[in-house]
Amino acid sequence: MIQFLVHEKSDNVGVATVDIKAGETAKGLFMDTQAQMDMKALNDIPLGHKIALVDFKVGDTVIKYGHDIGRIVADTAAGAHVHIHNLKTKRW
Amino acid sequence: MNIPKFTGYRRENGRVGVRNHVVILPLDDLSNAACEAVANNIKGTMALPHAYGRLQFGEDLELFFRTIIGTGANPNVAAVVVIGIEPEWTERIVSGIAETGKPVKGFSIERSGDINAVAAASRQALEYVQWATELPRTECTMDKLYVSVKCGESDTTSGLASNPTVGNAIDKLVEMGATTCFGETSEITGAEVVCKERAATPEIGEEFMRVWNAYNDIIVKFKTDDLSGSQPTKGNIRGGLTTIEEKAYGNLQKIGKKSRYVGVLKPAEAPKGKGLWYMDTSSAAAEAVTLWAASGAVVHLFPTGQGNIIGNPILPVIKLSANPLTCRTMSEHIDLDVSAILRGEMTLDQAGDKLLEMVARTANGRLTAAEALGHREFVLTKLYISA
Repeated sequence: MIQFLVHEKSDNVGVATVDIKAGETAKGLFMDTQAQMDMKALNDIPLGHKIALVDFKVGDTVIKYGHDIGRIVADTAAGAHVHIHNLKTKRW
Repeated sequence: MNIPKFTGYRRENGRVGVRNHVVILPLDDLSNAACEAVANNIKGTMALPHAYGRLQFGEDLELFFRTIIGTGANPNVAAVVVIGIEPEWTERIVSGIAETGKPVKGFSIERSGDINAVAAASRQALEYVQWATELPRTECTMDKLYVSVKCGESDTTSGLASNPTVGNAIDKLVEMGATTCFGETSEITGAEVVCKERAATPEIGEEFMRVWNAYNDIIVKFKTDDLSGSQPTKGNIRGGLTTIEEKAYGNLQKIGKKSRYVGVLKPAEAPKGKGLWYMDTSSAAAEAVTLWAASGAVVHLFPTGQGNIIGNPILPVIKLSANPLTCRTMSEHIDLDVSAILRGEMTLDQAGDKLLEMVARTANGRLTAAEALGHREFVLTKLYISA
């Protein structure tokens, strides 16, 4: 069963389509290429929340829909929950 | 191509409506009580109380008149009784609505008082409702529809599934020759360059950027430290949306993949032809949907993630969601569940077809969840302080 979806091949975050538990190896699907990937979750990722697909350093750009959706403000490992604690808008 | 049919109400000006309301429309806040009294006297009519209409000026006053006249002129409305405190602005509303050719009459309260005005307006409302309830539905094709789109309480399931479902339906409606419209100027922030490129011509794209910049300038001028308390909303954040850019790209999925917008409309301004249009609106659901109703939209598509429950008195609002938790815990608010997309059991194309089927059923008279639950949010957009 698919547990997270990735909009595009160039994205570096996926979106949980079920509640993913920390420690679980979650199955993901790229919506454009239909390619699959596995990612070990480091935190609980609630349905609809983002999971890091790469290791991020402070200042890195998060890509979703193939577009820049903001900057990383705390180092984040692949498999970690990406949300307001480590991702901020570049606007406003 | 085969254009689906429905039965609707052909109005005097050739437009097609899907509802047959007799509306008791106040000119101003002071006339709400009289309008509600008339609607209470005469069953089958509906009062639309609101908070404004006094001491407005300039562009704000123009928007006010455009919204009130447009609401009465909407093809979902069969006839209108207007009540105002004084006769002059009441007459301005009446003559604006009368341009459609539909029955409309105004009553003013000064020199008669609430009780006499309510008595006279009630007799007129009775006549209108008996006339309107005998109007037949006739066969129409879906290219005659004007459909608006706006999402609310979005989360990442909106961007993954319910918004692209609306986009799929919009592409198909535009192909049929229907009129469609999107807006939410502030929520395009972060994706404004991509939105500009979706214009039919570079000039229309430039006009969009001018409108977006003007809106953004106001937000930047009046914001405190930032907008993170309200954009994204608390509901958005709970659903996993983190930044306004992320929200914006998800939002834009609603306009589909093929259609290019053919014009930029002022708030509550009617589209001048078929195809996809952009309207300058707030992103607050009730305000924006009220503006679309005033621009003549007859069906609204509203994808939601965490469960926005908005409705409108004259414009049926069809809710769809892909969030299984929302579809389960708030099922009475959801007209179409597209959560199967997230399980890989439904394609966007199938979901778009299901949504169009729901548009046809709604146009045929099926009450939306919001209509059945009595959601009649009528909220005027105010540009600045009153004089």
